[in-house]
Amino acid sequence: MTKTNLPVLQAKNIDKFFYNPIETQVLKKVSFTINKGEFVSVVGKSGCGKSTLLYILSTMDTDYQGELLIDEQVISGQSSNYLSRLRNEKIGFVFQFHYLLNEFSVLENVLIPGLKLGKFSREELEHRALEKLKIFDMQEHALKKANQLSGGQKQRVAIARALINDPVLIMGDEPTGNLDKKNADIVFNIFKELATEFHQTILIVTHDPEFAEGTDRIIEMEDGRVIRQ
Amino acid sequence: MKWSLILELARALMFARGKQTIVAAIGVTFSITMFISLLGFMNGLNTLLDGLVINRTPHIRFYNQIKPNPNQPLDISDEFGTGINVIRSIKPSNSRLAIYNSDPILETLTQDSRVKGVSAKIASQVFYNVGNIDLTGVVNGIDPEKETELFAFQDYVTVGNPADLLQTNSIILGKGAADRMLADIGDVIQVTTAKGNKAQLKVVGYYQSGLAEFDNTNSFASINTVQKMMGEPSSYLTDIQVKLHDFNQAPAFAREYRDIFEIEADDIQTVNAQFETGSSIRTLISYAVGITLLVVSGFGIYNILNMMIYEKLDTIAILKAIGFNSSDVKRIFITIALSIGIIGGAFGLLMGYLACLGIERIPFETEALPTVKTYPVDFNIKYYLTGGIFSLVTTYLAGFFPARKASSVDPVDIIRGK
Repeated sequence: MTKTNLPVLQAKNIDKFFYNPIETQVLKKVSFTINKGEFVSVVGKSGCGKSTLLYILSTMDTDYQGELLIDEQVISGQSSNYLSRLRNEKIGFVFQFHYLLNEFSVLENVLIPGLKLGKFSREELEHRALEKLKIFDMQEHALKKANQLSGGQKQRVAIARALINDPVLIMGDEPTGNLDKKNADIVFNIFKELATEFHQTILIVTHDPEFAEGTDRIIEMEDGRVIRQ
Repeated sequence: MKWSLILELARALMFARGKQTIVAAIGVTFSITMFISLLGFMNGLNTLLDGLVINRTPHIRFYNQIKPNPNQPLDISDEFGTGINVIRSIKPSNSRLAIYNSDPILETLTQDSRVKGVSAKIASQVFYNVGNIDLTGVVNGIDPEKETELFAFQDYVTVGNPADLLQTNSIILGKGAADRMLADIGDVIQVTTAKGNKAQLKVVGYYQSGLAEFDNTNSFASINTVQKMMGEPSSYLTDIQVKLHDFNQAPAFAREYRDIFEIEADDIQTVNAQFETGSSIRTLISYAVGITLLVVSGFGIYNILNMMIYEKLDTIAILKAIGFNSSDVKRIFITIALSIGIIGGAFGLLMGYLACLGIERIPFETEALPTVKTYPVDFNIKYYLTGGIFSLVTTYLAGFFPARKASSVDPVDIIRGK
């Protein structure tokens, strides 16, 4: 276990307002740092702003005040093309709803972010994708269409897709929120395994206390503020 | 950004909405098919109708016109040279319709490199004598070989052979004139010239131009026959018809030789200006209809792409979340639109070609056009290129706005909205 103190993600005084229907401040001076290899969960009650925070951290939402650094580079105020490339290369996503592309096979779903990055040839990427699927015991489903899988299987494929470009950070928005207990446990164990065996930095937003208990570190939010980390 | 990935994504999205995609492509196919067949047919018809006049009209016609002499002796006289001379009641002098010095003129024209061919002609006013009734008419003395070569004379000889005119005292009657005289092939008819000479001519064929008025009066005989009939020498010619290699040089050519030969010279552009106008307006109308069809199919593509984007918001959001930028998404949808355009357009060009082949086989027989048995179609590559380019342009435009909309989808809105 080599947990260095290399910061992967730094949030500094992040403020976020919603203007519709009335001006409300959803995030108030949120600051924290996630170091390489940490398995972190963000918990809080519904409406405390944790999902909003995740979308800002994921670089998809750029309408905020404060400063955000990923991999020690300032992200705030960068162009959308830069951010697209950054998401492709350095961040892996797992959503509450699996969000696979139903038009493609499991293997192609895993491949697409890799093809987009264009760092490896297609053959190499296929090999890598199969390896990722093997971690989750999904390799025999590689040629099925995404919509032929069960919910738990889809979520495992989504995690494999998040891993294809070896991101510095994996983010999850309630990745077990839509799964039954058994599948939720499987998915949790996968994250745990990634964190312990591959030293993958992971940030998960959840309101499942059991899930949070299993992570290295819990950031608790209430009313737009970090109250415990 | 790799195009292979864009293409793969575009293809997957199209297959996911296979039926709509096919409907959109069929829309393009249909409009291109109509565009090609409409233009091919319309222009085939144009060419035919123009050819009706232009093919058998000389590019330049030289002739003598009976008119008062512009150089009156009074003007030439030194005595009256300084004032303004007014002469009343001038009459044409004893001039004749025949062209003076016709042989040297023919020779000069034949040697000009711009000239494709020269054919001399005599127009002779006659009466066809039918029992005790006289019908007015014109017997044209022609050189049947040259007339055939330059003015497609044989196309209009519906019965008989132009070469039969080479026998003396034979005539090819206009169909209308023959019907009125009840003259069959082999019959002998009698004509009286304006000067009262009578001649017996044997009917060897019928001529039908498609212009009824012309066919009612005009008949054809060889130059020798007409000269003999009129009692004129062998240098007697009333018209010299010239066909040029380049039809557009006609006005300049006419001007040039009008002054040299000092005779009248009419060029085809001046005489038949209205045919050009008619053709260009017909072409304009067919383009307008064809383009309208394409625009309508463009709206079809626009609708289908919009629907596809609405249905595939999730896919667009996820693509953006995993690192596709706005221009990638835009390219995907433009690629879909262009694929529909290319595939639909290619089929349309093929179907248009087949439709043209089909139209070309439909029987089209009319009294007025003896040589035409089926509908005329123009297979000019120009229409296929225009159709192809237009199908790409309209599908690109139809794809552009939906693609822009897709590229501006905010992934956060979609993903949070669940």
